[in-house]
Amino acid sequence: MPMEPCIEIHNLHFVYPDGRQALWDVSLRIQPGEKVALVGPNGAGKSTLLLHLNGILKGDGRVRVMGQQVAEPHLARIRAQVGLVFQDPDDQLFSPTVFDDVAFGPIYAGLPEEEVQRRVAWSLDQVGLGEYAERISHHLSLGEKKRAAIATVLSMRPDILALDEPTAGLDPRARRRLIELLEALPQTMVAATHDLRLVAEVFSRTVVLDEGRVVADGRTEELLADEDLLEAHGLE
Amino acid sequence: MLLSTVNPSPSPMHIPDGFLSLGVSLVCWVLAAVGVGVALWRSREALGERQVPLMGVLAAFIFAAQMLNFTVAGGTSGHLIGGALAAILLGPWAGILTMTTVVAIQALLFQDGGLLVMGANVLNMGILATLVGYGVYRGVMAVARGRRWGIFVGGFAAAWGAVVIASVACAVQLAFSGTSPLGVALPAMAGVHVLIGVGEGLITVGALAFVAAARRDLLEPAGAATGGVRWAVLGLVLALAVTLLAPLASPHPDGLERVAEDQGFIETARDAPYEIIPDYVLPGVPNEALATIAAGLVGTLIVAGVAFAVARLRRQSTS
Amino acid sequence: MHIHALDAYHHRTSLIHRLDGRVKLVLALFFIVSTALTPDGAWPAYVLLAALALGVGVASQVGVGFIQRRAVVALPFALAAVTVVFSTPGRPLLTARVLGWQLALTDAGLIRFFSIVLKSWLSVQVAVVLTASTSFPTLLQAMRSLRLPRVLVAIAGFTYRYIFVIGDEALRLMRARAARSSAPDGEGGASVFWRARVTGQMAGSLFLRSIERSERIYDAMLARGYDGEVRSLRPPVLLARDVLAALPLVLVLVAIQVLARVPW
Repeated sequence: MPMEPCIEIHNLHFVYPDGRQALWDVSLRIQPGEKVALVGPNGAGKSTLLLHLNGILKGDGRVRVMGQQVAEPHLARIRAQVGLVFQDPDDQLFSPTVFDDVAFGPIYAGLPEEEVQRRVAWSLDQVGLGEYAERISHHLSLGEKKRAAIATVLSMRPDILALDEPTAGLDPRARRRLIELLEALPQTMVAATHDLRLVAEVFSRTVVLDEGRVVADGRTEELLADEDLLEAHGLE
Repeated sequence: MLLSTVNPSPSPMHIPDGFLSLGVSLVCWVLAAVGVGVALWRSREALGERQVPLMGVLAAFIFAAQMLNFTVAGGTSGHLIGGALAAILLGPWAGILTMTTVVAIQALLFQDGGLLVMGANVLNMGILATLVGYGVYRGVMAVARGRRWGIFVGGFAAAWGAVVIASVACAVQLAFSGTSPLGVALPAMAGVHVLIGVGEGLITVGALAFVAAARRDLLEPAGAATGGVRWAVLGLVLALAVTLLAPLASPHPDGLERVAEDQGFIETARDAPYEIIPDYVLPGVPNEALATIAAGLVGTLIVAGVAFAVARLRRQSTS
Repeated sequence: MHIHALDAYHHRTSLIHRLDGRVKLVLALFFIVSTALTPDGAWPAYVLLAALALGVGVASQVGVGFIQRRAVVALPFALAAVTVVFSTPGRPLLTARVLGWQLALTDAGLIRFFSIVLKSWLSVQVAVVLTASTSFPTLLQAMRSLRLPRVLVAIAGFTYRYIFVIGDEALRLMRARAARSSAPDGEGGASVFWRARVTGQMAGSLFLRSIERSERIYDAMLARGYDGEVRSLRPPVLLARDVLAALPLVLVLVAIQVLARVPW
């Protein structure tokens, strides 16, 4: 029985204010529970596409998330349902302490104080940073920051996680921890990444973007075995 | 080497606790609160929701920019204070908030400036420097009618003027508190900062050149489109107001008079100060107060005059 | 490399560290105001205040040497007060002719000068202990409780958070400059103007990066539901025991002020 897709993108076009065309006629459907990787060379539009999922960028075309159009008055709800994890965790950890950052989402969702406390404790536990609540963000290592950034969106109990380059810059040990975390999380996942070994391990479906267009969309094993495809779009 | 670079040396303008009387401190707190309150209100209109992260990050930028130094000669180095740059890049109100935050954190984290006297430091470096800098910049830009050189001449004059006026205000506060007589504080403060202002001006121009080349759009800050001449007038008025306060501070108020009364030396009081205050004032002007006003006015007008003179010359050569 | 040198907070478990941040902030301000009110030349009062400052410093366990090193910061400004020695009317102790002027060093002048220096030294010690024993986020909360505008406190929070990030970027720029110069610290070769221009360019580049970062941060805030209002959780309850701990200190400070005004 076909389930309602939780992400539906139809004919999405997006042009930046300075005139650069970033997305051309992108169409995509993602079912609940799927783990999808977005791959492609730099400038392909991966990050731009992710920013459409919670309405930070608005293009021409249809974008629906959890059955709602990504536009007012649904935006507040959608932003709680889509946990967007940015490429640079320093952009996302903007509060004085880790606790403040993880509590930010629940506070702005208007949750009562005890619930906020509970969610913060739970989220930090999920990412393995249970003792880190009172730490100052800049004291954390890059790997810890990446996990803390994930905690900041987990506390909103999202249905979908959208990640931008989750393993970029990590040393092998931190990378391994992150991969284990991503495998354990139950949410629907979309991740933009260059790390094809990560894709092979965690993501069953891969979408290839190049110059703003979808050039391939299929099972990861098949796409990653197609050497001509990979070479044509700057992947290895 | 890096560690000394990292800990910014205290500027000769951050007043520590103990140097201003309680009365002066409180008056400055009130003035600062008014200034910051207006800035909060006006910047909210201009920037809306973006206000908080933008101001915060840019205050951090000012901190970091203050670490960038360069050697002037031998052991001395020049570095940026940032008031005029903040005003030009962010507009006057956002500039005030940013510089206020910088001054507050300098006091809290580095004890660069006291806690009780923070009102005075915020007033000098956060509000006066920003407004005077902005006024000078807009004034020059109005004369330049938007041509490129206006940015650089305006930026230099703004930065220099901001630093000098802030130092004058500082001297006035010291004099009102009875910590240092105006005849010494003013030339010392203003003299040093006339030089420091040059370095500030140079770095400000360098930064503006870079921004103008990379993202010219950022030099038209929100809510600043109109009223260039009005801003210039405001900046000039503030600068003059500060210098005109100076003579009021010189006949040594409260603290010293009380000491004189207690010790029964009222007679000597009348003579002593005049013996030692150096004759920096204009020759041939007998009355000390008048001379102070004149000196201050001359200084302020030089800033405005040079800026406008250069503007005039450029206009003639390009038309 | 991290700029940990900018971290003023030294973590300990002393009584001072455990005292509520709001109480500490108010006490520190009370101390500084008391010092400002202390009359010139009331030496017994200054001695008591110094003892109090020293006691608090020792109790905080951050190290008296550390406190004094930080306190030295205020010293250069003492030069601004030196002139008071000559300009305060009083009984001349020393006279000299310097460059045609008659300089008279008076007793009242010396009293005033030392009073100013003492006030400054005492105040800054207490400020150092406050900062070293209270984490900045706690200080921010204390300021919120004292009714400082929430927007300003929020801005200060961002500033604190990003000083380290942007500071790191600035250090990288400076190291790159050092690596390319024949002499470190921006010295050597070329004129002052060129050096200032390069510094200005670094500042400009840092500025643009900061603007772009602030735009990404704003997006990250939006993504988590930011609506323009500054919100936070209720601060922890102010315990009676913290207020009670502060009371004796307040009483001592008031007593010192009374003492200072009794004619000896």
